[in-house]
Amino acid sequence: MTVIPLLKKEYVTKLGEEGKRVDGRAFDEFRQITIETNCVNKAEGSALVKIGNTQVIVGIKMDLGEPFPDTPDCGVLSTAAELIPLASPDFEAGPPQRDAIELARVVDRGVRESEVVDIHKLVITPGEKVWIVFIDIHILDYDGNLFDAASLGALAALLTTKMPILRMMESGALVKKDLEAWYNRTHIEEIREIYSHPDIDEIVAKKKKGTVKNIRLPMTEPPISCTAVKISNFVFFDPSLDEDELADARLTVATDANGDIRAMQKGLAGSFSKEEIQNVIQGALENGRKIREQLFTKIGK
Amino acid sequence: MEQKMRRVVIPSQCLGDAGPFKAGRGTFTEAGKIYSEHLGILNQEGDVLQVIPLKGRYNPIPGDFVIGIVLEAMQSSWLIDINAPYPAVLHVNEAPWEVEFGDTARYLNTGDSVLAKVLSVDESKKLQVTLNDRNLYKIKGGNILEVDPSIVPRIIGKKGSMIANIKKYSRCRIFVGQNGRIWIDGPVDGIDLVLLAINKIESEAISYGLTDRVEELLKQHAKDVR
Repeated sequence: MTVIPLLKKEYVTKLGEEGKRVDGRAFDEFRQITIETNCVNKAEGSALVKIGNTQVIVGIKMDLGEPFPDTPDCGVLSTAAELIPLASPDFEAGPPQRDAIELARVVDRGVRESEVVDIHKLVITPGEKVWIVFIDIHILDYDGNLFDAASLGALAALLTTKMPILRMMESGALVKKDLEAWYNRTHIEEIREIYSHPDIDEIVAKKKKGTVKNIRLPMTEPPISCTAVKISNFVFFDPSLDEDELADARLTVATDANGDIRAMQKGLAGSFSKEEIQNVIQGALENGRKIREQLFTKIGK
Repeated sequence: MEQKMRRVVIPSQCLGDAGPFKAGRGTFTEAGKIYSEHLGILNQEGDVLQVIPLKGRYNPIPGDFVIGIVLEAMQSSWLIDINAPYPAVLHVNEAPWEVEFGDTARYLNTGDSVLAKVLSVDESKKLQVTLNDRNLYKIKGGNILEVDPSIVPRIIGKKGSMIANIKKYSRCRIFVGQNGRIWIDGPVDGIDLVLLAINKIESEAISYGLTDRVEELLKQHAKDVR
């Protein structure tokens, strides 16, 4: 664990009083964001997101399995984050530590509570067979604000995910009867096209991919999460590495296209005042709008 | 000798005979020849050959002036992070204060920064630093930034030419530690100017004529020069 010199905090505070930030950004300004999708061949969906020098790669893998007993009519979402030592000298190898778990949980909540993935449409036979979606987050470079990079990466990857239906049929995990049951529950037209395809048995037997349409993951409006930190009475959006390390308190707000708040997470020991929280929400709405536009342009929506 | 290009050398590459040349930092001699220890840039000053690694942690050498951050105050010493592989020990005898046993935290505590000198490095790389020298003190105010230790010689420049320029145009007090930490104190726009110059040096560290280009950059952005 690196000790941060006390000088840095004094310096950030001094700059804050003059209305400036260490890297010259405005208080509510994000660094440049780039999104790249379909960058992992073996994954069902993937995205590489950069915010400044922070780099995160997210991969989506899908499988079939049993639902949880308390939610027999829902698919399963599972999010995991890994902070590998390659990304920062402060990250240790081994099982996920507190920070990695919090990161995975914040991303998971953003995706789950916003119901951006329609998990009811991932059910093939209630209580028996459902789709399981694994969201795996890998941090390649840590330069502050992992939360937003990881959430954005997860969304971009989910939005470009193609369900591995043919592969599951090849392995025998999914049969025509399942598809019929699935179609009757969801009325997704593409599913019917697959099982009523005249040559479907041959396609499956000969592993002819690309002859039937890919089915995208059933998605709704994505919520965009924006993080702000508080350093001695100043609130900074999209914290850089120094700001992340100096932060007294952190607040992540996920907002959707209607301007509704879909998820919130407050971290660290410090506190926010009522006005500061309203300020963060306002900033999250404005930045969220810009980031959403960029995401939609990227995935061609 | 004027080189046209800086030569990049790899570990164990032969650099020359030990007779006409002397082995400097980042090199070793074996059977009368000098070899490189790192992947880095060959640098010749007089008859001394040295290799500046392209990347890496700071390799402490006694007599280096460094900027340290206090990790822990112990009963009769402090543990100081000087960006080396191991933390350094600063014993109370090496501090300029009369410190009573167990009273160390009153003088320096976790998170404080000091200008220090590397006192000794033993065989197992255990480090000692000292504050008993001129101009060594606890730092107050200003900002500390970190660069790769390998570009410190470039920031200082030949006989301090680069750093003198930066100081002249930015009107800041700057101290460059050999361990890649740089302390800057002064007006806010001056600090911005220093950051701009250091970024340029970082990105163009391998090229020649950098001092002139940085001076041009400083001239463009500086408001007034003393």
